[in-house]
This record gives sequence, C-alpha cells and structure tokens, in this order.
Amino acid sequence: MLATENLTKKFNDFLAVDGVTLQVEAGQVLALLGPNGAGKTTTVRMLTSVLSPSGGWARVAGYDVVKQPARVRASVGVLTEQHGLYDRMPADQYLDFFGQLYNMQSSLRQKRIDTLLEHFGLTGDRKRSIGEYSKGMRQKLALARALLHEPPVLLLDEPTSAMDPESARLVRDAIKELRSAERTIVICTHNLAEAEELADQIAIIRRGRIIVRGGIAALKQSLLGPVEYEVRFASPLNSREIYFPPGGKLTSKGSDWLRYQADQPHGFNPYLLHSLLAQGLPVISLQEVPRSLEAIYLQAVNAPGDEVLDVR
Amino acid sequence: MFASLRPVWIITRREVRDQFRDWRILFPILVLTLFFPLLMNITAGQLVNFVQRYGGQDIVYQRLIPFLLMVVGFFPITVSLVISLESFAGETERHSIEPLLGSPLTDWQLYMGKLVACITPALLASYMGVLVYLIGLQIQRLKWNAPAVLIVQILILTAVQSLVMVSGAVIVSTQTTSVRAANLLSSFIIIPMALLMQVEAVIMFWGQYDVLWMAILGQIVIAILLIRAGTAHFSREGLLGRSVDVLNLRWAWRTFKMAFTGQARSVGAWYRQEVRGALRQLLIPIPIMILFLAVAVGVGVRLAANIDLEASGGMLPYLESLSTSSGDSIPPLGVITVLGVFVLWLFNLRSIFAAVILGVFSFGILGVLALMVTFIALGFIAALVPQVGMPWWLYLVARILPHGLVEIPAIILAGAAILRMGVVMITPEQDRTVGEAWLRALGDWAKVTVGVVLPLFLIAAFIETFVTPQITRWLLGP
Repeated sequence: MLATENLTKKFNDFLAVDGVTLQVEAGQVLALLGPNGAGKTTTVRMLTSVLSPSGGWARVAGYDVVKQPARVRASVGVLTEQHGLYDRMPADQYLDFFGQLYNMQSSLRQKRIDTLLEHFGLTGDRKRSIGEYSKGMRQKLALARALLHEPPVLLLDEPTSAMDPESARLVRDAIKELRSAERTIVICTHNLAEAEELADQIAIIRRGRIIVRGGIAALKQSLLGPVEYEVRFASPLNSREIYFPPGGKLTSKGSDWLRYQADQPHGFNPYLLHSLLAQGLPVISLQEVPRSLEAIYLQAVNAPGDEVLDVR
Repeated sequence: MFASLRPVWIITRREVRDQFRDWRILFPILVLTLFFPLLMNITAGQLVNFVQRYGGQDIVYQRLIPFLLMVVGFFPITVSLVISLESFAGETERHSIEPLLGSPLTDWQLYMGKLVACITPALLASYMGVLVYLIGLQIQRLKWNAPAVLIVQILILTAVQSLVMVSGAVIVSTQTTSVRAANLLSSFIIIPMALLMQVEAVIMFWGQYDVLWMAILGQIVIAILLIRAGTAHFSREGLLGRSVDVLNLRWAWRTFKMAFTGQARSVGAWYRQEVRGALRQLLIPIPIMILFLAVAVGVGVRLAANIDLEASGGMLPYLESLSTSSGDSIPPLGVITVLGVFVLWLFNLRSIFAAVILGVFSFGILGVLALMVTFIALGFIAALVPQVGMPWWLYLVARILPHGLVEIPAIILAGAAILRMGVVMITPEQDRTVGEAWLRALGDWAKVTVGVVLPLFLIAAFIETFVTPQITRWLLGP
C-alpha cells in the first residue's frame, strides 16, 4: 500500500533524505521516529507528491508519486506538523472547502463533516471561527480534515501533540479504528509511548537515513537482548537457598527479587511459579521486565556510524 | 475544461470571502471606492471654477478630468498588491498553504484561483470608483462628455495594471517565506508601476489617447510574461523547498561558476564543450533576434519618412558630413592609437552590460529593446542619406559594413543570449528555484559573452579604428 525504495531528496547541496526504503501494508501503522531535522517531514512531503524525489521511487496507494501526483494526493490524508488552518473561517465551512477540493458530493460531504465533528467533539463549535479554537481543538479539526475524504493512506505528523490526555486517547483510538479498517498509516512522532502503543513497525531516521527498521518486539529482541522476567517476594529472602528449575536461566538476584530468562516462557513461567510457591516463598508478582522503545531509540540515534539495523 | 476550472473557482470564492471578513482590506477599499472619487470630483470642480476666471476651462475639461478618472481607477487596484502578497507569501508563512498543496489541486489551479481572487475585489472597487466619479461629475454639472473609447481604455488599463501588479507579486512571493520579506521585495513592483503611472499621466495631459493603446498592449505583454513566469515558479517544490530567506553568496557563486565553466579543464575544452553548447542553445533565439533587428531598421526608416531635414536644425550638416570622408568623422590615421581601439571596445561592452541588466528585470525585453535602438538609428540615417546625395547602400558599405560584418553578428549573439535568459526565467524547471535557474541562465549568457561576443567586439573595434576609415576614404574620396 505504501512502498519506497532508495527515496532521496537533495536541496542544493543538502541531502535531506538519503536512500529511504519503507514498506507498509494496508492495516499497518508505521511510526517514523527521529530527531528534529532528521528528514521525517521531507519524507512525508515526498510521499504526498508535494516534493519530488531527487532519486529512488515511491508508490502510495498503488500510484507513483512522480508520475501520478494527483492520484497520490487524492488517496492520501495528511496531517501536517503546522495545522495551517484559516483563522477567520468557521470549522464547518473549512471542512466543506476541503471536501469540495477533494471533489466530494455535497450530501456525502455534509454527512462526513457531521460525523467527524461529532466524533471529535466539535459539533457545538462548528460555527465558531477557527481562530477562537484552542490548540487541541485545532489539532482535532486538522485531523478531521485529513480524514474527510476517507483516504486509504494516512500520513500523520505529530497527531496528538498539544492535546489533553482525553483528546489524545480519542485520537489514538481513532487511529486504531482506522488501522482495523485496513488503512495504511504512517505517523511521525516524538511521543515514543504513543508510537509503541500504535505502531506495528517503526523506522528511526537520522540525518536523512533510516538506521533502524522493523517490528517493535523484534527490535527489542535484537537491540536489548532476550526478554527478562522478574519475580518479587513479599519479604527478603536473606540467605535462603532457592531451587531454580531447569528450562530457565537465573540472570540476577536481589534481597526480595530475582530475574531470569526463559526460552519458552509460556511453559516455564507457570512451572517456576508453582515451584517457588511449593518452596514456601511469598511470591507477590511475576512480570516481564519493561523495556521501553525509548531505550531502542536512544541506543539507535546515539550509535556511532551509519549501520542499518533491519529486522523486518 | 470546466471541470478543471471548478477548483479554481473554489479557491477564488474562499479567498474573496476571507478578504471580506478582514476589515483591514475592506476599509481601504471602501474609502478608495466611495470617498476618494468624491474628493477627486471636488478637486476637479474647484479647479474648473478657478481656471474659468482665466478662460482656460476647456483644457481642464479635456485634460484634468480624464487624468483624475485614471487616478480614481488606479488607486483601488493598488490594494490588490497588498492582497496578493498576503495571499501568496502570507499563506506560506502561516503554513496554511501546506494542506492545499497536499490536495489534488494542480499548481496552476491554485495559482489561478489565487490570482483571480487577488484581482477581483480590487478591480470591482476600482470600477465602482470610476462609476462614482462619473456620477459625481454629472451631479456637479461639470460638462464633460466622457468619450466611450477613453472609458474603455481606462477600464482595460486598470485591469491590466492590476494583473501586472498581482502577477509580479506572485513571483516576489515565491522567492520569500515571509510577508515581511515579500513587502521588501515588492519595491521591484511599486517603483516600475509608479514610473508607469507618470508616463501614463504624461500621455493623459498630452491628450494623445491613442498612445494609451500602446501602454495597454505593452502591459498585456508584460502581464503574460509575468503570469508565465509565475506559473513556472509557483510550484509545490518551490514553495516548500525553501526554508529561510538567506542570501547564500557562496552557493550563488558556485552555481554560477558551475554553469560558466561546466566540466571543462582548459580554455580549449571550455570553448569546445561549453561555449559550443551555449551557442547551440541559441539556435532559435538567433533568428528571432535577427527579426527584431530587422524590425528596428524598419522602424528607423519609417521614422525618417516623417523628418523635415530643413527644419531639423543640426541633422542636415551631420548627414552631409557622412557623405564625405573629410571632416571630424574620420580622424587621420596617425592620431589613432591602440587606446582608441580599447575605448571603442569599452563602449560596446558598456552597451552589452546595460542591455543584460535591463534584460534581467524584464525577461529580456528591455535588453533587446536597448540593442534595437542602435539599429533604429542605423535605419533612420540610411533612409535619410539619399537626401544629401549619397546612396543608402554606399553609406552602409563605406561606414558600417567593414566593422559591422563582425560587430553585427556579435550584437545578434548578445541579444539572443539575453533573450534566452528571459525565456529561462519564464520556463518551469523541475527541482530548480528561480535563483538557481537565473544563475544558470546568467552563466550561459556569460559563456557566450566572454567566449564569443567580447572577442568579436575587440576585432570589430580594431577594424573600425584601422580599416573602416581607409575603406571610407577609398569609397568616398579624400
């Protein structure tokens, strides 16, 4: 649904995007991560046929971004980093204006406008000038604009920035719904928790180049090593000996906790739990040691050299 | 066709609605539409009353009232310049253009939608102002019967001026990322328009309204060129590929140098590869330039037909001096030095540089016109010399042809290079900004000028200094 190969963009002497290769299927969310100025926005602009690539190719919704720009733009919903709203216009007129630009029939347009304003809680403010809107409301309206023509591909730059937690949850749920509806979604975000929650795969871009790409679980496995589990006890074990059954590997141990790795956690974890309880140990929790996307991100962007880690 | 115009209408409608929501645009339009024409009515009335005492009211009716009509039409359309800077540069600055660029609109639909939106309200206000002014004249019983042709001329002139300003503003706006920078650059529009208004004022007071058609025609040509250049450079790439308004001299020099030297490693290679390539690009401009120069000669001949030599004062002695080799026009050979050659060469050099500077700001038009002036003079004199007993062909062979055989091709090449530079400015180039296109065109012009035109001028100056006088003496006698 969205594919690029060696996509490159040069501005005079400056290489903004350097050989980006991506593949996102329908019903998938790709989170494009990277520091400011890494080339995310330029990549998105090429994917919307707003900027033409200096090299490589990209196909969006089956259309070539260079040869079929009008079709690409008609198939894409874009939420830009700067919302670019018209402050003197009422919200419903604003959406109607874009609906007309996307050649939507009047009745369908009105229906979609009503639905989206209702969904994002803006119905009561539809006649107010956009200039009177709060940051969060503006963000929701810009998102409504991107969704208006029901595009099969969505490119969302910071979709929940400036939103209160409730609104952000609303938007994240909307993105999940869209994924379920087989839309192809690319989100550019600095919110790593959000990326982790929404994305099926991530790509980290640095100085125009993709340096890490793949599913989150696979990346964690590859960059941070095997999963660790932690057992916590209600009281210190002191010097008490513990029988650790075969099938797992004890990696570290504290006064009231222990950590281990297991090749087959589905079988081993219940077995271990049973064993520890049988030894009379006061187990209060067993859980996977959290490993955040932030750890992967920081490790990737701070790594020396330009080696690419691809774990698709 | 109509389907592709629909988005243009959608853009125009939104922009016009938006303008009418902004009191900062509405207020000046209202003032210039209603109050300013009334003020001009009062001014005309007062002046008529004043000059009636001296019996000069006819000239006031015939000159001042039409002039004020033109002024009343012009003032409201100046608002279109402000609107267009706001619409093009303002949208880029506020990033509201990005969602538009992400929509299925084509570049020209967006451009045309905005262009029409910038012109329409100001133009309607202008026409309304003209109407108010004309009604005011009737109410004041100033007995001036407005000639229908003049009214039509004023209406067309106003529309064309608005189009020139707005299409110029688009080009200015595409070179900036902020309204502030666009406002600074808009002096490139305001100053020529102010000069144009002065010329038009002279025409109005002169009372030769037929000449206004020439002004209208000239501005239509400029508007077409500006719109062409605007559509060439108003592109998604140009608008979003620019991040900050920084003058990067190092990059500019590198781009020009790259265009000038190309891949050549030696002077010989430069001539073989670069100069030859640049000359090949002039295959179409060269015949066009020859045609322009032929037209210039024709204009000179035509002008000569209206000259009364007896009444022209110094013209006759000058022509007589051309028909003989004696006199100041041919200095004795011994006095001539190499320095004289150099002076002649510098004179031609100055003309070429003046032409290219004029050409840069007028898509090549003024540059070519500047070169045509010499040929108008040539045709003019050639048409007049028979009146002092010298055949025109003898004048050409004796005084022009020896060095002209080298100098005229050099002028043709220089003019063709300037023409091409103008064409490059109005031709869209993928992945290239106006600045880059301009620098590359300048590089191509420099290749032709440095590589061919200047050496030819040097040879021509040498011939003009040492050979032409000899041939003149030989043909015309001592």
